[in-house]
Amino acid sequence: MTGTPVPKSPPPPPPAARPKPEPVKRHHWIVRLTHWLTFVVLAGMIMSGLQIYTAYARFGERDGPSYVNAFEGHGFPRWSRLGGWLAGGLNWHFALMWPLIAGGVVYLSYLVVSGEWRSLLFRPRDVRGAIEMQKYYLRLRKDHPPQGKHNPLQKLAYTFIILLGVLSVLTGFAIYKPTQFSWLTALFGGFQAARYWHFWAVWIFTGFLIVHVILVFVVDPASLRAMISGWYRGRFPSHD
Amino acid sequence: MTDEHVARRHDGTSARVDRRGFLQLGLAGGLSSVVAACGWDGGNAVRPLLLDVSRLNDWVGEKILFSQHRLAPQYDIAERATHLPSYFISPMMPMLRDPAAWRLQVGGLVRQPLTLSIDDLQAMPRTTYTVKHHCVEGWSAIATWHGVALSAVAERCGMLPQARYVRFDSFDSGYSNGWDLASAMHPQTILAYGMNDNPLPASHGAPLRLYSPTKLGYKMTKYLVSVTFTAERPGGYWEDQGYPWFAGV
Repeated sequence: MTGTPVPKSPPPPPPAARPKPEPVKRHHWIVRLTHWLTFVVLAGMIMSGLQIYTAYARFGERDGPSYVNAFEGHGFPRWSRLGGWLAGGLNWHFALMWPLIAGGVVYLSYLVVSGEWRSLLFRPRDVRGAIEMQKYYLRLRKDHPPQGKHNPLQKLAYTFIILLGVLSVLTGFAIYKPTQFSWLTALFGGFQAARYWHFWAVWIFTGFLIVHVILVFVVDPASLRAMISGWYRGRFPSHD
Repeated sequence: MTDEHVARRHDGTSARVDRRGFLQLGLAGGLSSVVAACGWDGGNAVRPLLLDVSRLNDWVGEKILFSQHRLAPQYDIAERATHLPSYFISPMMPMLRDPAAWRLQVGGLVRQPLTLSIDDLQAMPRTTYTVKHHCVEGWSAIATWHGVALSAVAERCGMLPQARYVRFDSFDSGYSNGWDLASAMHPQTILAYGMNDNPLPASHGAPLRLYSPTKLGYKMTKYLVSVTFTAERPGGYWEDQGYPWFAGV
């Protein structure tokens, strides 16, 4: 305490209120509903599918060569299976296929009717943007390339996963009715090949799910809330 | 000012819904994980519902997806599997003590019940095809089958118009199957007495079995003793335990 009078400075102005990101409407309720419906139903389809697989854990005609399969001859742990036994697995699988297909049809119809497919479908003209985006992620480019609702790599991922869904349903029908849809079964290379692709789809879905969830939490957690409430308040509000 | 204010308030509301929705989702997810951890089959609450949907799938399978005129693809003899697994439910392979005394009883909703020997059946027009067998477990194998079309037998016994289903009984510990009439009358549905250019082996249901490339293996009754046309839907050995009843492929 020196006693020197300190000139009283005027009190600092209150810190400017940090502007809250303006919420933007991101997802229509149909998109949110079908997204979560698909999540739950697909989990059930995969788990009952693993139960069914356990009954004959290989791909290929009897006495014929086997398709390359890391899980050949192995069942899956009980916790990962749904149905308890083959008949239970089949009944779950053939019950859940209806909400899965219905959800897919409603979602795709919504994309077409609303015109939203334009911001989701990866088209040849997105190739350039995808390369730019990839450069940005590889730090070969500093600024984030301009984008619409989804960047070209997201479009590629979502277009791919929709096609995988369609492929799963078609290979499913090829296995379900190989005589009635023999043309479809032949298209996939026969009954055992169709089973094989149907099984592959499981692992691609699972891989997609893992990456999808990691990216949501690491890059843009606000997008999870957006998929629940429809409103997006994250750090990429330029999306719309 | 007010516009923005309203927007904020609306947003606040949706955030609360968010959290609640989030909790519900977490709860549902947690619950299903616990349930999954037990290798759940649906329990007594869900199982009847699943069986109801299975009935619906039977209807879709028979009325929409199945066609009596669509034939299963046929294969070359060279593509036949050297070994076709064979299943029966008896502790030992069912065999007749006196094969010569065996007869097939054809009855139910018919004008003229029949008692047919293998010779009688072999005297009727013969159907032979090489087709792929689809087992419910997921395996498939190609084999040749020789027999008489069930539709020819139905014609011979004068099946009545009230017949809607067919019941097949065996001497394999009471194993039986029930079929829809449309599948039973499909031109490739046969009573088979031969396999791969030989008489039907005991392991595959000698002396007579039902065969059709339009059904899963468990629908094709082996060790046949009777064919009964009915108005009521007959059950079946595996069907009564929860396996799909229609089981068309």
